[in-house]
Amino acid sequence: MKLSTKALLGSAALALISAVPSFAQDVTACLITKTDTNPFFVKMKEGATAKAGELGINLKTYAGKIDGDHESQVAAIEACVADGAKGILLTASDTKAIVDSVKAARDAGVLVIALDTPLDPIDAADATFATDNFAAGLLIGQWAKATMGDAAANAKIAMLDLAISQPSVDVLRDQGFLTGFGIDTKDINKWGDEEDARIIGNEVTAGNEEGGLKAMETLLAKDPEINVVYTINEPSAAGAYEALKAVGREKDVLIVSVDGGCPGVQNVKDGVIGATSQQYPLLMASLGIEAIAAFAKDGTKPAPTEGKAFFDTGVALITDKPVEGVPSIDTAKGMELCWG
Amino acid sequence: MAADPKAATSFEEGLKGASEKVAEFHEERTALKSIQHWLHQTPSAVPLIVLIVALVIFGFLSPNFFKAVTLSTILQQIAIVGIIGCAQTIVILTAGIDLSVGAIAVFSSVLMGQFTFRYGLPAEVSIVLGLAFGTLMGGINGWLVAKMKLPPFIVTLGTWQIILSSNYIFSANETIRSADIEKVAPALQFWGQSIQPGGVKVLYAVFLLIVLVAIMAYVLRQTAWGRHVYAVGDDPEAAQLAGVQRDKVLIQVYALAGFFCAIAGWVMIGRFGSVSPSASTGVLGNIQSITAVVIGGISLFGGRGSIVGMFFGALIVGVFEMGLKMVGTDPQWTFFLIGVLIIFAVAVDQWIRKVSG
Repeated sequence: MKLSTKALLGSAALALISAVPSFAQDVTACLITKTDTNPFFVKMKEGATAKAGELGINLKTYAGKIDGDHESQVAAIEACVADGAKGILLTASDTKAIVDSVKAARDAGVLVIALDTPLDPIDAADATFATDNFAAGLLIGQWAKATMGDAAANAKIAMLDLAISQPSVDVLRDQGFLTGFGIDTKDINKWGDEEDARIIGNEVTAGNEEGGLKAMETLLAKDPEINVVYTINEPSAAGAYEALKAVGREKDVLIVSVDGGCPGVQNVKDGVIGATSQQYPLLMASLGIEAIAAFAKDGTKPAPTEGKAFFDTGVALITDKPVEGVPSIDTAKGMELCWG
Repeated sequence: MAADPKAATSFEEGLKGASEKVAEFHEERTALKSIQHWLHQTPSAVPLIVLIVALVIFGFLSPNFFKAVTLSTILQQIAIVGIIGCAQTIVILTAGIDLSVGAIAVFSSVLMGQFTFRYGLPAEVSIVLGLAFGTLMGGINGWLVAKMKLPPFIVTLGTWQIILSSNYIFSANETIRSADIEKVAPALQFWGQSIQPGGVKVLYAVFLLIVLVAIMAYVLRQTAWGRHVYAVGDDPEAAQLAGVQRDKVLIQVYALAGFFCAIAGWVMIGRFGSVSPSASTGVLGNIQSITAVVIGGISLFGGRGSIVGMFFGALIVGVFEMGLKMVGTDPQWTFFLIGVLIIFAVAVDQWIRKVSG
């Protein structure tokens, strides 16, 4: 519902802007992502490129070589400022370290919008268009708890996180899940400090199949009776599933995840993943380009969603086994909206 | 001299009373020297000792460590790095280095997957093509090293990035899902099957690794070709003068390394289920394999060490990673200790070298 309203608004804005095509010709915008190999960012780039094409904005895209490549992103920001860009869409690899470079760009009159990953502090950017990652985690936590019913009180939970550096997206999804499952998170800004006996352990996965597999094997060695698996994203969930299959337990373990990529949604359909929270990178990017176009036109800056420090691009729980009290969409709908 | 030289009347008269012993070396056969000599003869001994010590320590620290499941899991986890380690071993024995091993492995797995799913080839054909392309990639490395006389480090630094980006570009970073492979091309997942003696799963991949190590240990020690590899690594000029076709051996070594990497790529599909171009092996496989090789007591300066040592080296890393996680230490300690081990291994290598120097 929420989404289509936004799409409608978007196309309305588009109609308005395309009515005056002459203004945008010399507007340059930059998109800087963490990598250009992750399907999530591939999709983000597609969304931004398509929208920039429609609006006649000259879009330049940059990316780090690997996730965590901070230097390339700083160099890209400097190149954009030197190039006279009106706005930068940025998915920061290092949310704290990038702040100085972002400040320099804003001082030079460039609109900087953080996509997907909020900066630290969040107001270091002019605006943030992102998934509410805590809400994404919360949904799968609530779903897992409701699906297990009374057995949730004695659950044995494996936590498959992203990286030991605990990037914000990692912490938000993890803590969201635990909150949704009804577990005391202790310090909400940190994963791994929980004392609830139901948590068997946290392992990091680097967000890929390989990491998910290894992490799951390690946790199964710790406790072979694990029956709930939280995963940071769908590739790590696919890896965890392989580890469970290897010990013949794939049928009686609940795996939940976040992302909503097409292979991930397909995995929900096939019963590999129980439920996943879907985010919308295409929308983030296209809204970002629209915001830069508006800023170039009359200097208006995008406003955050009411009650939040950022503009929420929405999240939806995808599952074919809906539970009462947790809103969700099915995999057929999820496949229409998926990315990657 | 005992006798007066003036009294000499015949040719050998002057030798009268002189020592009749033949010249000989006097060397103290201390215990330390004996150990050093033994280690020199048995290059896989040091890593084996470290491995046993690590196993005992972790056995004490973690109650779950000495379970069959845990130990078989460790073997599974080192299967890929061990096979890539075979490739790295033969290259390092020639005093070279191959930074592209992980990239070749990942790209080969992607080629096998995409040949089947994009072009509709039967899985068996895709596998053969994947193995052939892996060998070709290795062969190109070898040609650049042997014929163009470029340093192996530089060549493979370049091909690592070329192969890795080709892998991303060719695949558009699309993952092929496990369920699809299982349905359409189960042969791709062959090495992920397992036997279960007493309920403990042992992957085919683990047996493959052990067989490959055994074959290569035999080939390197017992065949003329194997001796040539060592000779090229020890002193390429001397080897050439002795009639070894140096360039040919080098190209064969790199091509064989590429072939091993492609096998590792095939094993990756079995182990991970899916085909993912962004597997960490592509970026880290070279470092992991070099780590296994160095900890395994193979000299980076070429011509010394055994492939069995590499196998123990990979096991040591696997045991450390699993052991420290089960004990519950900060993951950084794993890297810290592996770093210490690498330096220790090189120090031992240098010390042992003195026996022959």
